[in-house]
Amino acid sequence: MYDIIVIGGGPAGLAAAIEAKKNGIDSILVIERDRELGGILQQCIHNGFGLHVFKEELTGPEYAEKFINELKELGIEYKLDSMVLNITEDKKVDFINSIDGYVSVKTKAIILAMGCRERTRGAIGIAGARPAGVFTAGAAQRFLNMEGYMVGKTVVILGSGDIGLIMARRLTLEGAKVKVVLERMPHPGGLTRNIVQCLDDYNIPLRLAHTVTSIKGKDRVEGVTIVAIDKSGSIIPGSEEYMECDTLILSVGLIPENELTENAGIAIDPATKGAYVNEAMETSQEGVFACGNVVHVHDLVDYVTEESRLAGRSAARYINDELRASAKAVRTKQGNGIGYIVPQFIRTENLLGGVNLFMRVRSVYSNSKLVVKADGRIIKEIKRSHMIPSEMERVQLSKEVLAAADIKELAIEVMEVEQ
Amino acid sequence: MYDVVIIGAGIMGTFIARELSRYKLRIAVLEKSNDVANATTKANSAIVHSGYDAKVGSLKAKFNVLGNPMFDKVCEELDVPLRRIDSLVLAFNEDEMTTIGELYERGISNGLKKITLIDKEQVASLEPNLNKTVLGALRTTDCGIVGPFELAVALAENAMDNGAELFLNNEVKSIDKVSEGYIVHTNEGSYKAKYLVNCAGVHADEINNMVAKESFRIKPRRGQYFVLDKSAGNLVNSVVFQCPTSMGKGVLVLPTVHGNLLVGPDSQDIDVKDNFDTTLDDLENVKLVARKTIINIPFDKVITSFVGLRATPDTGDFVIGEAGDAKGFINVAGIESPGLSASPAIALHVVELLKSISGGFEEKKDFNPIRRKLTRFYELSEQEKTEAIKRDPRYGRVICRCENITEGEIVDVIHRKAGARTVDGVKRRTRPGMGRCQGGFCGPRVIEILSRELGINMLDVVKDGVSSKILDKETKGI
Amino acid sequence: MNSTQIICIVCPMGCHLEVAHDSASGTYSVSGNKCSRGKEYGINELSNPTRVVTSTVVIEGAHLKRLPVKTNRPIAKGKMFECMKEIDKVRVIAPVKMGQIILKDIAGTGADLIATRSMG
Repeated sequence: MYDIIVIGGGPAGLAAAIEAKKNGIDSILVIERDRELGGILQQCIHNGFGLHVFKEELTGPEYAEKFINELKELGIEYKLDSMVLNITEDKKVDFINSIDGYVSVKTKAIILAMGCRERTRGAIGIAGARPAGVFTAGAAQRFLNMEGYMVGKTVVILGSGDIGLIMARRLTLEGAKVKVVLERMPHPGGLTRNIVQCLDDYNIPLRLAHTVTSIKGKDRVEGVTIVAIDKSGSIIPGSEEYMECDTLILSVGLIPENELTENAGIAIDPATKGAYVNEAMETSQEGVFACGNVVHVHDLVDYVTEESRLAGRSAARYINDELRASAKAVRTKQGNGIGYIVPQFIRTENLLGGVNLFMRVRSVYSNSKLVVKADGRIIKEIKRSHMIPSEMERVQLSKEVLAAADIKELAIEVMEVEQ
Repeated sequence: MYDVVIIGAGIMGTFIARELSRYKLRIAVLEKSNDVANATTKANSAIVHSGYDAKVGSLKAKFNVLGNPMFDKVCEELDVPLRRIDSLVLAFNEDEMTTIGELYERGISNGLKKITLIDKEQVASLEPNLNKTVLGALRTTDCGIVGPFELAVALAENAMDNGAELFLNNEVKSIDKVSEGYIVHTNEGSYKAKYLVNCAGVHADEINNMVAKESFRIKPRRGQYFVLDKSAGNLVNSVVFQCPTSMGKGVLVLPTVHGNLLVGPDSQDIDVKDNFDTTLDDLENVKLVARKTIINIPFDKVITSFVGLRATPDTGDFVIGEAGDAKGFINVAGIESPGLSASPAIALHVVELLKSISGGFEEKKDFNPIRRKLTRFYELSEQEKTEAIKRDPRYGRVICRCENITEGEIVDVIHRKAGARTVDGVKRRTRPGMGRCQGGFCGPRVIEILSRELGINMLDVVKDGVSSKILDKETKGI
Repeated sequence: MNSTQIICIVCPMGCHLEVAHDSASGTYSVSGNKCSRGKEYGINELSNPTRVVTSTVVIEGAHLKRLPVKTNRPIAKGKMFECMKEIDKVRVIAPVKMGQIILKDIAGTGADLIATRSMG
């Protein structure tokens, strides 16, 4: 019997476990499926992590190691190479590994921190042949940075998500020719700094509103068919163009990995593809918390850490009976221009200070504002000179603002500001 | 000198090899690809048909109806997944009601027992997700879904366990007629045999023409499919057909034996025999046609699409038998749908044919029809899981997170006879990479395991074909 | 006077900067920035652009075959490929500690190459 079992030893799981421990919970187990802790950070050898949390620029492995060291110093128990097969409603966690075999263990609280996976070729419907040489960006990144293998010589990258951009630079530095990065949308999918430092620095062209429709090559990729996309998202007839390459790398989005969550009957928000969570990062099942990319896909690990600390703290409060389960909940709602909001529910009574609302806008906005409405009444406006879907927006609300009125629904929308 | 050389290790070649391995014979199977079941057998609808579709009196009808009930035993012996489910042919208008009536009559003439016509209420109670405009359906209750490549792989393994020899990467280049039989020349060597069995799929006509005069042609017919995530696998309980038209059987919607949903195929005659490319427009058309069966098929849950090539003969029926002008050369050609369903019966027929040509074979006393069972870790009970890990700790290491496939299972399918040599070979046998991540996570680990177990460099591990190398080189000039 | 448009990457704001260079006086002026760090970035990016290089080196005796490394401070952008050539030649033996210097003064840049994780 544990107090808390954390599923996943990546940045989310590590931060949640550490925070729970610091909040007085001693009996914690972190279960990690990989051979080591740190999750995907271990293959993200580029820098740019930690500006918010550590006020310095770190690489992924450095960011991970700081947390791994702290976890070990705090004496938190963890299992590597261990796969959770099942979690049950009465908080039994079944996992396996080579040493302990099949283990079934009870816990008072669970923190889900399984992260996300990459969208694949099948999910985006690229036709043609099925040769070797088609990789998701993360898989190619693991081969290159951890195993030490090049995946190809001449590369086309589909998708301007951050991993795709980072891989364009890494492959170029290691001697490959990255011919082009294609993005189906009219705006880039990754952070601006990555466009500048990963593409512009190396004169790698970025073609917006273009995608790959077909792959040629019997055994190995020989080339791809590229098309232009119009404003409605359709292929522009006659825009087909063939480009030779031996490798196609896909960076076409991440999906929270919620098989365990769904099997446990926990409600999933179709907007985030992660569990619905409240202000405590608690899911629809009492005592089961979730944090990081398993809840919604983040672009900055610093925010994952912040959110996971909240989950760890909340799990500790739950165990100490400090969370009011029955407290009345305010529903957050994505208004015009907003794709999703996390958390989806706020129980004002449980708030210690304020609440951070994380959201993504649907398209590019300049000179706009985020308008917060409580049951239709504007309670806050935040000016933003520039908002893009690839960069998560954060809105802080104080407990006082929320407690002031008997709010049922809290909507946030984008409004253009008149110049 | 072999007694029998079989050309092609698809479902027919492996089935015939397995049935012949009951006798005291030297058997060789020659396969041009680097794995068994690597063309038509790996990509089809995976159905054990009831047998109402084929023309009365045709070989297709005869062997389909004979073959269907044989699946239970062979799948049991070889530990191959098989599920018996219903099939429905839907009628949406009066013309189609007439058509299913005719199909019913044909089914009865073909000897089917478990066949009925049902009304729209019965259809709705069996399949609540179907388009509500259905008027009625033809129902059979002896249809089945099976893992076709798993079956061929198992047949090959069992044949080899019983002494048959498998030669991969052996493409037949020419065949010489000699006094005692034939000499088959491949890119790798020459194989002498008393009898030849031609199971070369879409290439069977070319093989025939090496020893006999041209008597049939194979025109490949391409069909494209979608595979949907397991979360969509319960959309239908049966194999759901549309009414056949001049364009073919229409698009099917069915569960796979592994719990995914399969939607397809369309049907197009193509000129190139090894063209496995999907096409965007045709896939869109498959979606369009399938929506007639179920309006809201969740195509956002597609995990992959693929092409199946049917080995369609210009004769309109299976080509099975000894070539008139080449004694001891047996064609098993044009095995298009319902070829998989017919395969057990065809295999037995070919054995009988060879017996009558040769004057009979002597049975082996030690023939073992049983294949050592696979450990399907995820399907085991808690107790069995514990024991499996205790027996071999590699069953405690999950490699594929989507399908929960362990290292133990992967190592097992590599070391079996007719074992996996490629990433796709591992995937087809034990399914890592078949799930929703499509190998994103487990791909690198599978390459590592193949490299370690086969004692080859990571750089030499291939995806599928012999030249389908995955990794280019080591970094840092190594 | 010629001007260059660049996007500021100091923070996620992504200000669109216009950096003007007066070749006569050798001075730069920046517009479009919303903070002083943006101005500094704009000038540096034109006068002396620098980058931190991150890569891997070969490691022996560890559970992985590559060790991640970085330059411990930004180096001149033009020196990146020269730097990579040096990095490619390095062979280290485990154990290695995070922060350990792998190569001093890489490619004459004054920056050291350091390990970004512990291994072995």
